[in-house]
Amino acid sequence: MADRIIPSPVQSPESEPFYAAAKEGKFMIRRCKDCHKPHWYPRSLCPFCFGETDWEAASGDGIIYSYSPMRRAGYTIAYVTLKEGPTMMTNIIDADVDKLACGQAVKLKWTVTEDGTPVPTFTPA
Amino acid sequence: MSIKGRGYIVGAYEHPTRKAPDKSVSQLHAECAKGALEDAGLKKSDIDGYICAGDAPGMGPINMLDYMNLKVGYFDSTDVGGSSYIAHVAHATQAIAMGKATCVLITLAGRPRSEGQATGTAARPGNPAIADSPWETHFAPVTANVYAMVAARHMYEYGTTSEQLAWIKVAASHHAQWNENAMLRNVVTVEDVVNSPMVSDPLHRLDCCVISDGGGALIVASPEIARSLKRPLVKVMGAGEAPKGQFGGNVDLTFSGGAWTGPRAFAEAGIRPSDIKYASIYDSFTITVLQQIEDMGFCERGQGGRFVSDGNLISGVGKLPFNTDGGGLCNNHPANRGGITKVIEAVRQLRGEAHPKVQVPNCDLALAHGTGGLIGSRHGSATLIMERE
Repeated sequence: MADRIIPSPVQSPESEPFYAAAKEGKFMIRRCKDCHKPHWYPRSLCPFCFGETDWEAASGDGIIYSYSPMRRAGYTIAYVTLKEGPTMMTNIIDADVDKLACGQAVKLKWTVTEDGTPVPTFTPA
Repeated sequence: MSIKGRGYIVGAYEHPTRKAPDKSVSQLHAECAKGALEDAGLKKSDIDGYICAGDAPGMGPINMLDYMNLKVGYFDSTDVGGSSYIAHVAHATQAIAMGKATCVLITLAGRPRSEGQATGTAARPGNPAIADSPWETHFAPVTANVYAMVAARHMYEYGTTSEQLAWIKVAASHHAQWNENAMLRNVVTVEDVVNSPMVSDPLHRLDCCVISDGGGALIVASPEIARSLKRPLVKVMGAGEAPKGQFGGNVDLTFSGGAWTGPRAFAEAGIRPSDIKYASIYDSFTITVLQQIEDMGFCERGQGGRFVSDGNLISGVGKLPFNTDGGGLCNNHPANRGGITKVIEAVRQLRGEAHPKVQVPNCDLALAHGTGGLIGSRHGSATLIMERE
């Protein structure tokens, strides 16, 4: 299946620090300073308690929660549950889609998009 | 306080068109409004409330109200995608119960077929103002693959099969054969569904709804007005509405917002799922139906695959006749929003005006349930329970 070219992400003031860190190879998530829970997608106020949140480095290890290849379009959408807890939407890349499964271990593999911004994609571990 | 018995659906109209390149969207809205007024036996000047959603061209209800030249004292434009119109019936009933209106018109219309929209598979442009877009849009979550992830997880958790999902389409096609306006009238088999081209694993082409032009309208009126008309009485009994998203990263695809709206609607109506004689269940995809049947409590969670198999959703055959117009899977999905047609077919069933081949005998309690948006990421849900008085 031909790989779809992933476009560069649109940016907001809440996303810019994430993608700036990504350019240095760092995969960051946000954690609440009050309730200490991590979340995804990153927000300035905690989605659980509205506490202040801060960036922290994440492992990039996870497992596939669910996925779906669109073979004609050449890509696989997925939810990956990170080792740190939150589940995030992503694409699975560099994989034999017929061998993918829910529960499968995957690891972060950045995909550099057209304007140079890397986005967090995953590949079988 | 409850909306139970505070409003009646007195007018219901489904536009017969499925392709309308020669009509404007506003025109379709107005034609639907006219059809619902004629169905109810009401005059245009009787309308004193109006509700529409995002398919109505313009700013909320303002441009459509001007186009139809309606004077109202109540309006609402709650937009929760395809579930909007089911929630609108509840909102209209609330307005009537509070004395803000006596006769509320709800319209939907759109032309995605004429406009050539690749509704299910086209990637959408990013929008930095939408909070999730900088994190998701570039990964191309489209309609089909986000629903497909719900199906994939259901299969993983509960052993649900493609053949079980296919039974939902088979049942819809059995009903659509009797609907002369239905877009797809051929009866299909489980094999036809699972052998149709894969769109997004594990959903095949025949697991997906149609893309159609058209529209519909409903009129909700006070008990006094309803009793003054000559139509069978369809009473609002209970309703529920809820959003569901990703819970800050605690994604759970094993249920939809229907898991909250169903119980709320049943509690307000004072009945149980087993009391329902007919159900309109939103069928954007087969998996949408399967999950919502579980969410409504028609079967245990995880048992949806077994429940829908072997014709259990076919009128005259199974325990839960569903979408006897053919639903979105075969009949109509106007404006890519199926909520209004769900209520319309429930009204037909309660009035005894469904096609004789699919009419449920003594249909006195019906449910309409819908989702709007994407059940695999974020969506609205709305449930409505109605009774023939």
